[in-house]
Amino acid sequence: MQFMLLFSRQGKLRLQKWYVAHPDKLKKKITRELITTILARRPKMSSFLEWKDLKIVYKRYASLYFCCAIEQRDNELLTLEIIHRYVELLDKYFGSVCELDIIFNFEKAYFILDELLLGGEIQETSKKNVLKAIAAQDLLQEVSYGDTSIEL
Amino acid sequence: MVDIVCKSKEAEIKRINKELANIRSKFKGDKTLDGYQKKKYVCKLLFIFLLGHDIDFGHMEAVNLLSSNKYSEKQIGYLFISVLVNTNSDLIKLIIQSIKNDLTSRNPVHVSLALQCIANIGSKEMAEAFGYEIPKLLVSGDTMDVVKQSAALCLLRLFRTSQEIIPSGEWTSRIIHLLNDQHMGVVTAATSLIDALVKKNPDEYKGCISLAVSRLSRIVTASYTDLQDYTYYFVPAPWLSVKLLRLLQNYTPPGITDPGVRGRLNECLETILNKAQEPPKSKKVQHSNAKNAVLFEAISLIIHNDTEPNLLVRACNQLGQFLSNRETNLRYLALESMCLLATSEFSHEAVKKHQEVVILSMKMEKDVSVRQQAVDLLYAMCDKSNAEEIVQEMLNYLETADYSIREEMVLKVAILAEKYATDYTWYVDVILNLIRIAGDYVSEEVWYRVIQIVINRDDVQGYAAKTVFEALQAPACHENMVKVGGYILGEFGNLIAGDQRSSPLVQFQLLHSKYHLCSPMTRALLLSTYIKFVNLFPEIKPQIQEVFKQHSNLRSADAELQQRASEYLQLSIVASTDVLATVLEEMPAFPERESSILAVLKKKKPGRVPENEIREGKSPAPITNHQNDQSTVQAATVNNASADLLGLSTPPASQPAAPSNTGVLLDMFGDIYSGSQNTANNINNLAPAQSTYNAKKFVCKNNGVLFENDLIQIGVKSEFRQNLGRLGLFYGNKTSFVLQNFVPSISCPDDISSKLNLQVKPVEPVLDAGAQIQQMVNAECIEDFVDAPSMIITFIYNNVPQKLTIKLPLTINKFFEPTEMNGESFFARWKNLGGNQQRSQKIFKASQPMDLNAVRTKLLGFGMQLLDGIDPNPDNFVCAGIIHTRNQAVGCLLRLEPNKQAQVV
Repeated sequence: MQFMLLFSRQGKLRLQKWYVAHPDKLKKKITRELITTILARRPKMSSFLEWKDLKIVYKRYASLYFCCAIEQRDNELLTLEIIHRYVELLDKYFGSVCELDIIFNFEKAYFILDELLLGGEIQETSKKNVLKAIAAQDLLQEVSYGDTSIEL
Repeated sequence: MVDIVCKSKEAEIKRINKELANIRSKFKGDKTLDGYQKKKYVCKLLFIFLLGHDIDFGHMEAVNLLSSNKYSEKQIGYLFISVLVNTNSDLIKLIIQSIKNDLTSRNPVHVSLALQCIANIGSKEMAEAFGYEIPKLLVSGDTMDVVKQSAALCLLRLFRTSQEIIPSGEWTSRIIHLLNDQHMGVVTAATSLIDALVKKNPDEYKGCISLAVSRLSRIVTASYTDLQDYTYYFVPAPWLSVKLLRLLQNYTPPGITDPGVRGRLNECLETILNKAQEPPKSKKVQHSNAKNAVLFEAISLIIHNDTEPNLLVRACNQLGQFLSNRETNLRYLALESMCLLATSEFSHEAVKKHQEVVILSMKMEKDVSVRQQAVDLLYAMCDKSNAEEIVQEMLNYLETADYSIREEMVLKVAILAEKYATDYTWYVDVILNLIRIAGDYVSEEVWYRVIQIVINRDDVQGYAAKTVFEALQAPACHENMVKVGGYILGEFGNLIAGDQRSSPLVQFQLLHSKYHLCSPMTRALLLSTYIKFVNLFPEIKPQIQEVFKQHSNLRSADAELQQRASEYLQLSIVASTDVLATVLEEMPAFPERESSILAVLKKKKPGRVPENEIREGKSPAPITNHQNDQSTVQAATVNNASADLLGLSTPPASQPAAPSNTGVLLDMFGDIYSGSQNTANNINNLAPAQSTYNAKKFVCKNNGVLFENDLIQIGVKSEFRQNLGRLGLFYGNKTSFVLQNFVPSISCPDDISSKLNLQVKPVEPVLDAGAQIQQMVNAECIEDFVDAPSMIITFIYNNVPQKLTIKLPLTINKFFEPTEMNGESFFARWKNLGGNQQRSQKIFKASQPMDLNAVRTKLLGFGMQLLDGIDPNPDNFVCAGIIHTRNQAVGCLLRLEPNKQAQVV
């Protein structure tokens, strides 16, 4: 996988994870283009599209779009299930996840993603094992901080 | 925080700038920030960055957090680094040090964090610093499973950054044996790594085949309860299965030598196909996606192996079922997979059985990307037996097709129609229909091609003329139709002139009724058609001359049209019937060559080569024989036209033999209106196959096309001053293939090498299709020399090595400086030249009719000063010049005394 983007129905980027090194300018350009392309698609359309020399796999969960760019040889259907597994993990961790959870606990969303995918490849497919790893991290966090989310 | 998210754009920016200023002052001023505060502000910066704002500070504070002994601070530090630190940061050394410390930590959570950071950044520095540590971590018996997983993928990322870190020798077998690991997560991660390593060195990792097959076999025969948490919606280990199936696609079946392993692999593939027929264990889409993901990957492997007819046909039937599945995703993927099956001889027929459904998909699918896949599949499954039907269906669909796929469809229809035409009248009908239905999307290649084919096949010429004549009668017809019509009627209008309904005058009036609606390029073509009519139908000459007159001066603002009109007018008045008939003879047959349409299609889909490959890609053999001298004239003309490919201006005709009028006449596709390289290229596609080598002409000129054949065009642009010269050589690849190992090298005869100092700039060894590269050669003349150095050009075209030897236009006269002198001093010097050493006289017969103006041009190009009014006989030419070499300057005088009667000089 080359990158994963999460964005809202309004086109606001909520999370980006790049597995190839691109300059910031290019990242922004790609992001803009893809958000526009995907938001313009209708619900019944296929979840796959060819884009440059990559394949884009996307799926919408509630108000959020999850979008992955994979290479020609990669398996589209299974990429959909990577997205689904990630959603399941977020759901389990936050307890019925919503967009705001990801906005305010973005660091957790990243930590969970790093356990599921590393370097663009699936690292651990077992839901139990990922949650165990996240729990181990949480355990290390000092109780004195209380709430882990940051308030301005 | 909520403020930031909710307010308007302006408010957000204002709020963020305030916050950034606050954080900056906190970082700068207050030295007593504790870990918690640092973490808090670094986290805020990250948040602001993720909202889409630029962040240019805070990196140092983040790096400080890495060495914190509090995990949450460390973790935020690492996150910031992963998201925001670019690879060439000055901080990278500090970061690497922190990672090193964490890698040796006893706490696996810390080690994982460090590994994730390496994998996230994955820079060269990281590869250098950790490339030797991580393999150890990966295969060591003490490493915890979760760390092994991270280590495998971390190594994969570093390997992608720098290939040399690949461990070999004893590491190979230890890495391969990770496929046997107890822990499914470790196997999954390791398989990704092994897949990449195999690509680099398939032989060394061959041992992975049997291990991968065994592992796959255990998974596909497992019940869904066996693998516990690695079963995903009742599908056992779909990710690992897919990865193993992909790993195996790195080898071809002969590479799998052990018959036992092959047998077991085929059993696995059969089992997967069987399972596809079982009723679903869950109604959830996740179940069917995971199950089908494995199935599609298995089918990919079956297609890749391409050895088991039985499996290929079963795969095809399975995909056929998906074609009418209600999931759009499945239909999309099934169409895509079937494209590959259509190219296998074993499953091609099986794919064809689904033709009706695929045609329906093309017409009825709601999603354009699915319709596109259907078009691709129809193209792939097309052969002799179904071509007519498929082409017809594609034509029908074209009337309503999405704009985004029309151009590609036009190319596909054109290719199929040509490839499978048994009756060329069908081909002509198809192309004219294409122009009628989707004229805007018919590129030049397509209409050039139909002309080539009609010219080459005299059995279809009359039909083409008749059909195109009918098509032109439509009240609104596309300009491309006018182009084809103009060309074909100009060549073959006589074949239908017997019919009163298409008498010469009717043809002419029909064409001319479109004239005013057309672009200058088309008008130029029509003017050429008219002059051909003058030859074909003398009876309508007055009407045509009238049109030429109208357009020769005032009426036409366009210089090219003006010139054509007035030259054609003169030609029609002055030239005798014989001359007219010779000049306007039918076009010579085009050489057989690959259709350029295919190259265009390939270019449109860089990632995916079109599947219905034209087998030999040859145009039909020319049936009629044309005289050779015709094509020679044509060659000279095309040369002039194609010189623009190089951006060189061709100097005024310096060859006295080439009547410039004919040049324009035959220049049907004059590229003056479309200066783009692309068009110039197309012109070349119509050029005769013979090669042209103009070395001799370059004695008297500095710029132009030096050499040209089917593959390559070599142009020269040169300038000289005193004893120094600079040559720009332009190599243009005319083919649609890459020219490999492209090496031009200078070869100097011994006696020249000491007299002429040459510096040649090296060029890239690869010359892309249609591309042009420039090579500079600097020359210094040391002393006078005879002959000229050669350039030997070697390259590989389509796996065939090619070699060309070409004399460089570097003769001694290039170092001439023209010298003015009066008659007195000229003849004084002339007489002073003593003995045979200083004199040379030659009497030779002119090989071409003498044209004094042309001779003048030549002498000027030769490099000497032409001295007028010196010789008592005005027809004699007198020249003077100085040849500059490094060692000396040599004065030279020349007299040329043409004798017109005797044709000698």
